Amino acid sequence: MDALMLDGNAVAGLLREVFSVEMTTAIGACGNCGANEEVGAMRVFRGAGIVLRCPHCDNALVKIVRDGTRAWIDLRGVSTLEVAL
Amino acid sequence: MAGTAVLGRLTWHVANVVDFVTETPRVKTIAFDVPGWPGHRAGQHVDIRLTAEDGYQAQRSYSIASTPDGTRVELTVERLDDGEVSPYLTDELRRGDQIELRGPVGGYFVWEPSQAGPLLLVAGGSGVAPLMAMIRLRAAAGSDAETRLLLSSRGWEDVIYRDELEQLGGDGLTVVHTLTRSQPVGWTGYARRVDAEMLAEVGPGPTASPRVYVCGPTPFVEAVSEALVPLGHDPRAIKTERFGPTGG
Repeated sequence: MDALMLDGNAVAGLLREVFSVEMTTAIGACGNCGANEEVGAMRVFRGAGIVLRCPHCDNALVKIVRDGTRAWIDLRGVSTLEVAL
Repeated sequence: MAGTAVLGRLTWHVANVVDFVTETPRVKTIAFDVPGWPGHRAGQHVDIRLTAEDGYQAQRSYSIASTPDGTRVELTVERLDDGEVSPYLTDELRRGDQIELRGPVGGYFVWEPSQAGPLLLVAGGSGVAPLMAMIRLRAAAGSDAETRLLLSSRGWEDVIYRDELEQLGGDGLTVVHTLTRSQPVGWTGYARRVDAEMLAEVGPGPTASPRVYVCGPTPFVEAVSEALVPLGHDPRAIKTERFGPTGG
């Protein structure tokens, strides 16, 4: 267990900022194990940016790095992201 | 907010400090008036941003402890001695001061009185804040949903919302305390960390299909969720909110 680990819910503000919609109830399909999980249930690790990991297989699903005015989003770990419209 | 998918850009609001409540020696509730506040749901949180004179900014997330009430937002803050933000909030902030706040955010760890089924709420220390918003909303909405709160605190004097929880008990709400470090003389309640046996005794058990909300420091949430699943609780019915050491 990593004491720095948080839930996807913890970065709801950053995700809203980047995607402009409520993202913690969006469902991501893991590109590695195929599990579907709400973003709020993913595992969050913070460093220079944030990494959202699959709670089942630990695959890095989403990586986000931001500075004051821009964000870089790496979505290679998710096969789909299902968002309510 | 419920049911509205298009939220638009998340903007910073100016929040005016209107009131303080000393909950325990280390914990204060700060009430803000936030002009333009769009309302919130029980379990959501806000981001707070402090800016120093030299432009340095620090940002933290805090759960909303209050029920939706116009432009009023209450946050319960635990003072972490080595924290960068919490000592400022609990010690330096005065009525009339202003800070920047944005939200509400997070639609995952929320509860609505219309959701059927019993509730099992498990909190470690100040992790009780978003669960208190649910308990207060439950009472305000006149819900009789069977609800158990298992609250882990270090000692009796560290129990946040102690008197209010006592008053709200009954009408289907049962509050169970465990005191992990010190207990008052004659204490007959739990005096250990939350474990599977305690969770089984507090209930509601998995056959009642409760919605389970767990909030606290990361190791606490980890231990509780690892105990809940073998008891037979549906992992998808368990929602967790961890706050790590960066919460200060």
